[in-house]
Amino acid sequence: MSTWLTLVIFLPLVGIPVLLLWRGATDNQARTVALVVAAADLLVALGVLGAFDPSVAGYQLVEQVEWVSSAGLSYLVGVDGFSIWLVVLTAFMTPLAILSSWRVEHRVRLFMAMTLLLETAILGSFLALDLLLFFVFFEMLLVPMFLVIGVFGSERRVYASVKFFLFTMAGSAFLLLGIVFLWFQTADQLGSPSFDLRQMELLSLGATTQRWLFVAFFIAFAVKVPIFPLHTWLPDAHTEAPTNGSIILAALLLKAGPYGMLRFNLDLFPEASRSFGDAIAMLAVIGIVYGAVVAMMQTDIKRLVAYSSVSHMGFVILGIFTFTVEGTSGAVMQMVNHGLSTGLLFFVVGMLYERTHTRDIGEMGGLAKVTPWIAAAFLVATLSSIGLPGLNNFVGEFLVILGSFGSDRVLGAIAVSGVVLSAIYMLWAYQRTFQGPEPRAEARRGLVDMVPGEIAAVVPVVAAMLVLGVAPNLALDRINPASEGVVAWVNSVEIDQSGLPGGLRAELDPAFTVQAEGSP
Amino acid sequence: MTPPIDLGPILPELILAGTAIVVLLGGAIARGVTPFAWVLLALAGVAGAAVAAVGLWDWDGGLTVLAGGVATDRFGVATRLIILAVAAIGLLLGHHYFERSGEQRREFAPLLLLATTGMTLFAVSADLIVAFLALEILSLSLYVMTGLSRRLGSVEGAMKYFLLGAFSSAFFLFGIAMAYGASGSTQLDAISGALAGQTGSTALAVTAIGLLAVGFGFKVSAVPFHMWTPDVYQGAPTAVTAFMSAGTKVAAFAAFVRVFNVAFQPLAWDWEPIVWILAALSMIAGSLLAIAQTDIKRMLAYSSISHAGFVFTGLTSAGETGISAALFYLVAYAVTVIGAFGVVMLVSSRGEHRTSLSSYAGLARRNPLAAGLLSLFLLSLAGIPPTVGFVAKVAVFRAAVGAGYWPLVLIGVLASVVAAYFYLRVIVLMFMHEPQEAEAERDDTILPRVVVAVPAALVLVLGVFPGLIVGFLDQAAVLRW
Repeated sequence: MSTWLTLVIFLPLVGIPVLLLWRGATDNQARTVALVVAAADLLVALGVLGAFDPSVAGYQLVEQVEWVSSAGLSYLVGVDGFSIWLVVLTAFMTPLAILSSWRVEHRVRLFMAMTLLLETAILGSFLALDLLLFFVFFEMLLVPMFLVIGVFGSERRVYASVKFFLFTMAGSAFLLLGIVFLWFQTADQLGSPSFDLRQMELLSLGATTQRWLFVAFFIAFAVKVPIFPLHTWLPDAHTEAPTNGSIILAALLLKAGPYGMLRFNLDLFPEASRSFGDAIAMLAVIGIVYGAVVAMMQTDIKRLVAYSSVSHMGFVILGIFTFTVEGTSGAVMQMVNHGLSTGLLFFVVGMLYERTHTRDIGEMGGLAKVTPWIAAAFLVATLSSIGLPGLNNFVGEFLVILGSFGSDRVLGAIAVSGVVLSAIYMLWAYQRTFQGPEPRAEARRGLVDMVPGEIAAVVPVVAAMLVLGVAPNLALDRINPASEGVVAWVNSVEIDQSGLPGGLRAELDPAFTVQAEGSP
Repeated sequence: MTPPIDLGPILPELILAGTAIVVLLGGAIARGVTPFAWVLLALAGVAGAAVAAVGLWDWDGGLTVLAGGVATDRFGVATRLIILAVAAIGLLLGHHYFERSGEQRREFAPLLLLATTGMTLFAVSADLIVAFLALEILSLSLYVMTGLSRRLGSVEGAMKYFLLGAFSSAFFLFGIAMAYGASGSTQLDAISGALAGQTGSTALAVTAIGLLAVGFGFKVSAVPFHMWTPDVYQGAPTAVTAFMSAGTKVAAFAAFVRVFNVAFQPLAWDWEPIVWILAALSMIAGSLLAIAQTDIKRMLAYSSISHAGFVFTGLTSAGETGISAALFYLVAYAVTVIGAFGVVMLVSSRGEHRTSLSSYAGLARRNPLAAGLLSLFLLSLAGIPPTVGFVAKVAVFRAAVGAGYWPLVLIGVLASVVAAYFYLRVIVLMFMHEPQEAEAERDDTILPRVVVAVPAALVLVLGVFPGLIVGFLDQAAVLRW
């Protein structure tokens, strides 16, 4: 049994006792410890990628150790085409997040320790195949994120952090009940209780039961995504969080939501997924347009990026609930892409804030002449974010739209408008921030361009964006087998027509059944 | 015929009571001996009792001894061990507390040992009369311990505790009378037999259930019998609060489990709704009232009320699953709450200073260790993984779901979200606010830190490896009669 996954999950924890107990550490030493640990974890993650066999559709590198045997609880981790890229993304973005916060001055050791704890919790949620284990990691996210926002954020940080914590905890409370219920079902139907996802897949659940459970799971994940109208915590959390926190929140933590839907909702409740699919796709499209329109009206640049996140995550959800291979693979791509481009955006916005001490777009302007490198990085992120071909976001959004046209043309058409709107608000933001008359001399004081450390952090992200934009098959080859598997599974179930008006899509769209037959 | 006298199964209690008397008299006679020596002797007594209790794990004699008065099952062993562990930590905390506050209280250790005797006896009593005796031993000791400090609040708390406690004892006693009327016996197995064979009066038995539930509800501080809890927890010396909040709850719940799952087992249909209501009220009221508190000891008191509700939630499922879940919850709660009050004591530094929530502002700066440990305990109380509180919460929810009590579990889930808010508020204060008070004196002694580190380690270890005790508790969850 290989131990790649255990290593990648728990390696960041090694840094925490060092950081917390090494009282004499200077700030730079503390930062270095965290960076080294995170970088080492990136290497391990690349090792996981190397050990991952793209031709296999199911879970790989599975590790299972009995944890509480009488309760059927086990330490069970595994990776498949959905999680592999999220793992690499997490390990890739964490060191960058650490670099981005090199200038955090107070309580550096606590800050870095929390960042590493977050990395472990996020990786754990992506890799756990035991539902209770997943829940443990999923809830473990809350505390370090709460502290990162609440201790290190800006003025209204306490409000934002408490809101974040309560929103997400309230959401996941029902997830726990759903998991416990499924556990009883495994005991009843399979003879022995288990939290193992692969065992739970075997359960046969009635249509009504499935729907209740679906809702319990869905709410927990929808809060994390966040799906309109559960998104209100996000702009606050993003705006108040320090740069590092925003990057981790946007690039990594939000992904736990759609990942959970893909992994658990679709897998365990295929019939309920199908019957709720239309309604959720509708919410996703509302989120796409709503997020974009609200982003357009923001004067706070961080809030603008936050609302753009709501819009972009709408694409991810839409892709998942098209139940097509293109849509699903596109959604996974889009998760990675959003992580890169929004991560970079928050990074650049953080640099601006450090230098200008304002997030108000109206107070900036003409910065391209003073800080050309920052402007260039922002522009690249902007172009990626609006889906310029050749950069990463294009691939994901294109696939999602392709998938949604395959299932519902109207929704697809409305979703496309989100792309157009994103071009408006992002380019407009760029124009107002970086172009126009040069800032006056006294305002230019302290406006330095990127320092080498920051360049070192930005370059890999830009490179990754280019690579994924030009050669998306590198990623798609590994994602597609998993997408095919889940799409075939969801489409193979008979939908209960007596229930919600969800079954229409399967009838309207012949492509649906064709795909279901074509896949294994 | 005289019944055979087999003292083996009450050896732990005999050791505890014996040590208490030796420490009490010794402290009075040999005044030159340092107080810490007596504490060590008391600790040795507790350890001896623990060894004696472990020796009973494989007891192969009768199911009850001393004329059916004391049970000999593993459930008794497990609850005794939990209580004894609490007592050991309580002894060390209390010694430190009174030493630092300057109020030398030599009667503290003997009183604590006597209270412990009452608690362990309460947990193993197989006869309602023995249960009542045990209840009085532990209650009287605790009344005095609450009033050990000369502060007005301490005395007020003791008085309140005593008056209300006496009242609840009367209910308990009246319940015993009713049970006797219903079945012609005060022995749990005999009551059970009479009720199962329908030779007893069900009406009287149901009355007995109600009255006894009042008595137990008072001791475990379940709503609506919780009124005394905040005042007593706040008024009592913090070390005493730490000991009694953990110990009393374990003992009273253990006795509750035994009485209701043995004596009234045939009437489980009748008492499950009572447990249901107590659980729901305690979780809701405890969580909501805790929000309004401005003193950390009062807040933890309301939290303890809501936790009583969670234990009851587990107990709605009669039988092993429920008992095992409740036992785990009690371990988790005991470990966590004694640690939390231990940290409160550390922060107070001397006596009862700085227990208002506002004095926790910026604690992470002044005293990172205390702030970190308290956060850990609060997260465990809130049931956030990877702490033991999370595992415990899952266990009781699982038991209640298994028994089909969905609405109760929903209430529990919502209550735990509400509860998260007030625990979080303390963490916010400690980590996200600037200190408001000037650097006051700090308690830098090693002993209490080591003592508090033990529960902290347990919170994490049992949270990550609950399997370490689950097997043990599962075996202990079988009541034999």
